[in-house]
Amino acid sequence: MNRGQVSVIALWLTCIALASLIVARAHYITDLSAFLPARPTPMQRLLVDQLRDGPASRLILAAIEQGDAAARTQVSMAMAARLRRDSQFSSVNNGEPVTAERDREFLFEHRYLLSDSVNAARFSASGLHAAIEDTLDDLASPAGLALKSLLPNDPTGEMLHILERLESAPAPSTRDGVWVSPDETRALLVAQTAAGGSDTDAQAAAIEAIRAAFTAAVRESHPSGAKALQLKLSGPGVFAVDGRAKIERAAVRLSIASGLLVVTLLFAVYRSLPALGLGLTPVASGALIGIAAVALGFGAVHGITLGFGVTLIGESVDYSIYFFVQSRRTREHAAEAPSWQQAWWPTIRLGMLTSVCGFASLLPSGFPGLAQLGLYSISGLIAAALVTRFVLPALLPGGFVIHDVAPWGRFIAQMLRPVRQSPGLVLVICGLALAALTLAVLHRHQDTLWNRELSALSPISAEDQIYDARLRGDLGAADVRELVIVSGPTLDSALEGAERAAPVLEALGNAHVIGGFDSPVNYLPSDSTQQARRDSLPDAPQLLANLRQATTGLSLDSQHLQPFLNDVEAARRAPLVTAHDLQGTSLRAGFDALILHQQDRWNALLPLHAPPKAEAVDTARVRTALQEARINGAQVLDLKQESDALYASYLSEAIRLSLAGVLALIVLLLVALRSPLRVARVLAPLVLAVLTVAAGLAFCGVQLTILHLVGMLLIVAVGSNYALFFDREARLHGAGSEALTLASLVIANAGTVIGFGLLSFSQVPVLVALGTTVAPGAFLALLFAALGSRPDPSPPLAHSSQPDRPRA
Amino acid sequence: MRRRYCEALVLVWLWVVTSAPAATPSIDFDDVMHLLAQRQHGRVEFVEQQFLAVLNHPVESSGELRYDAPDRLEKRTLEPRAETLVLAGGALTEERGEHRRVLDLHRYPQILPFVESIRATLAGDRGALERIFHVEFAGSVERWSLTLLPLDPQLTRIVKQVQIDGSRDQLLRVEIRQADGDRSLMTLRAPKAP
Repeated sequence: MNRGQVSVIALWLTCIALASLIVARAHYITDLSAFLPARPTPMQRLLVDQLRDGPASRLILAAIEQGDAAARTQVSMAMAARLRRDSQFSSVNNGEPVTAERDREFLFEHRYLLSDSVNAARFSASGLHAAIEDTLDDLASPAGLALKSLLPNDPTGEMLHILERLESAPAPSTRDGVWVSPDETRALLVAQTAAGGSDTDAQAAAIEAIRAAFTAAVRESHPSGAKALQLKLSGPGVFAVDGRAKIERAAVRLSIASGLLVVTLLFAVYRSLPALGLGLTPVASGALIGIAAVALGFGAVHGITLGFGVTLIGESVDYSIYFFVQSRRTREHAAEAPSWQQAWWPTIRLGMLTSVCGFASLLPSGFPGLAQLGLYSISGLIAAALVTRFVLPALLPGGFVIHDVAPWGRFIAQMLRPVRQSPGLVLVICGLALAALTLAVLHRHQDTLWNRELSALSPISAEDQIYDARLRGDLGAADVRELVIVSGPTLDSALEGAERAAPVLEALGNAHVIGGFDSPVNYLPSDSTQQARRDSLPDAPQLLANLRQATTGLSLDSQHLQPFLNDVEAARRAPLVTAHDLQGTSLRAGFDALILHQQDRWNALLPLHAPPKAEAVDTARVRTALQEARINGAQVLDLKQESDALYASYLSEAIRLSLAGVLALIVLLLVALRSPLRVARVLAPLVLAVLTVAAGLAFCGVQLTILHLVGMLLIVAVGSNYALFFDREARLHGAGSEALTLASLVIANAGTVIGFGLLSFSQVPVLVALGTTVAPGAFLALLFAALGSRPDPSPPLAHSSQPDRPRA
Repeated sequence: MRRRYCEALVLVWLWVVTSAPAATPSIDFDDVMHLLAQRQHGRVEFVEQQFLAVLNHPVESSGELRYDAPDRLEKRTLEPRAETLVLAGGALTEERGEHRRVLDLHRYPQILPFVESIRATLAGDRGALERIFHVEFAGSVERWSLTLLPLDPQLTRIVKQVQIDGSRDQLLRVEIRQADGDRSLMTLRAPKAP
């Protein structure tokens, strides 16, 4: 080893040590922020925050199935009792009226601040007269009769009014006091976690707690039917935890499996353990440096980026294969042939640069997941190539040689010979025909070619999504899709905004544009509103005078209403209600669910119900109505539409950037090869491979997602190496060298196809997308490149397998 | 709140169900029950008055009752404000304007036997009735009177007595006396010919 090599190795080791340090200390995130645009609009931030930590993200739906009804009821009650004591949950509801008494007390005590019908006019003589007359009419109904005992305290019926506002949402069916599905085959329970939905670890812990509570409840329950009970969970947190576990399982299992297969393949080729170890060095260095680069560049590494680490193996393993297989040749012809570094490094370098061009197009993406993947691939590939070029030769032990693979290459060349010897014109025509065919297929599917829905990336199976929808249907709690969001710098200002929006939404409700809406101010009005209501209450002498006048001609005498006078007087002196006062009531969870706190903003969420016989709300009309009423800070958010729009914008941006990347690649090749014809010959197999794969997927009814696009970039990245090697081969005219080129390419290709082919068997849609694109694409790229190249003019030479000294 | 609300609903229920129509002539209690059991459908108009201690005049409401054997009953109030109350299966559904709410009677076991006894009256099931009430029968088939006194002390705290007067297969009058002294009176008559 000379001094230069020593310093190369020292430099490499230093870099690896630094990278390891960065990787070890890096911050890894698994939440949805991978989907948050780098420079989000306030609406997009709201959307992502809503998806990430909004009330809907914190719901866990639990269904107890099988067994008998009595056992389901008992277990539901026991589970709920246990979970209510668990601070991980902000609320646990299974239909039992556990907080009903406290709710009632709270509402009754604060009725004059909470009821939106309280104003000065209502407490004038004529207002009181009308209100009391109304209440007396109510007494004729069962609802009114329930309030009979409240009449002396609440002759204006504020309590009933508040209850009606709060109970506008439909309640689930109940049996024996607990919620059940309408067919009564499931007992239902809804838990809201204290932690946000994006805190996957906290969600996992909460899910574990629910399962433990179920197991304990089953164990303690008496009915024999309990043993057969099954617990099923659903909800965003459950999906997040499942999805993460699935991706982790798939990534680990597939990485191990493909790792083993690739190692086996390499060992079969090299027949040498040191070669195997050395061969994996560029891959490992590349992965490490790639992650370190992402950590440095972005501050945090997304799980999604790590998950695609396998993409790097695909190409970087190839470098060492080319090195080992082809450096053998240069040794065999040491005297006359140029060194490996001279003969093949420029080709590998160019291949690497074309890949970098492709992945660089991902860098400016607004989708952080893609940008990270781009940086990871670029830095990883450069590192792997540099390690192959400078470190591997220095590390090679003396007398090192791998098994001779030239016979394989000759065998393959033999197989391809008939096609390759056919006239060039025939090949060109065949290629054009195939291209035309694929374009025809793509054209036929052009409307459905791309899947523009975010759910396309969801690792949740359709079955689970259907079950979730069924549980939500059972609970009468449809997934919130449209909401009005009113923001302000303080909680109170957001509540004030919600109050200003209410009349507009009520008018829309009357016009059947919306079916209704929820609002946090039903639980807690803003300070100014409470103050106005309190100020509108007359003092005792005035109220008594008004009351006397009001009750003339009514069947209710004012003398029975002393409790009312006392309560109003007490309300005039009472402090305003705060969010803190809601503690301990079921109203707290209801209120919290409708408030979203971001760093410096408070948002009041007003979920809209779809009007009867309509699937969705016409958000445009809601938006217009709010604008016309000049409700500042009010926005209408259609969660599905907005998230799909966000994803669609990522997708079109990624398509545009990829095309730009391909242009850059063409320019690079033109500069390097200095011949449009050569560039065309290099690109043709790649374009054909990408088109064939895309057409094949479309033909099989697969809709392309952003991950398919990444897969196509990978085809170009990996395939460009193949094409460039054949191009280089054609220029070298080295007798007998073709067999080795073919062999090295086939081995490299086998590794890629194995690695990505395995991904196709995963349960995770994003991995399947990648696998089904790259595996066939890489194979086709090699096949087309090989078929399109001219065979060796002379028959391959027989040569000795006697080891030479490796060239250093 | 809810519980009290429910109890009140059941009270209402009491007068709803006890006012169900009856059937063919007979001479004693068993015969009246037998006729009730044969009745499959019924539709009558009602006027209901509630006498509350705090009020100088009774509160009045009116509407229509429908009955389908064995356990579906609908009370449709038209005045002073429209409202519908339906008992079907074990659930009580209240509809009022846009509001609709379902109350599960299983949830209130103290009320369940009470409701069940009313269902039993409609079904003409004397045995079921007497498991819950002390039942007094008076009068003749032309002019009969049932007095029901709850056996369960829990119920006694809400309802003191229910009295149902009828003639042959018609219920004419249902009076419920509550424990606090308030009472309600429902009078029934066949619907006017259209």
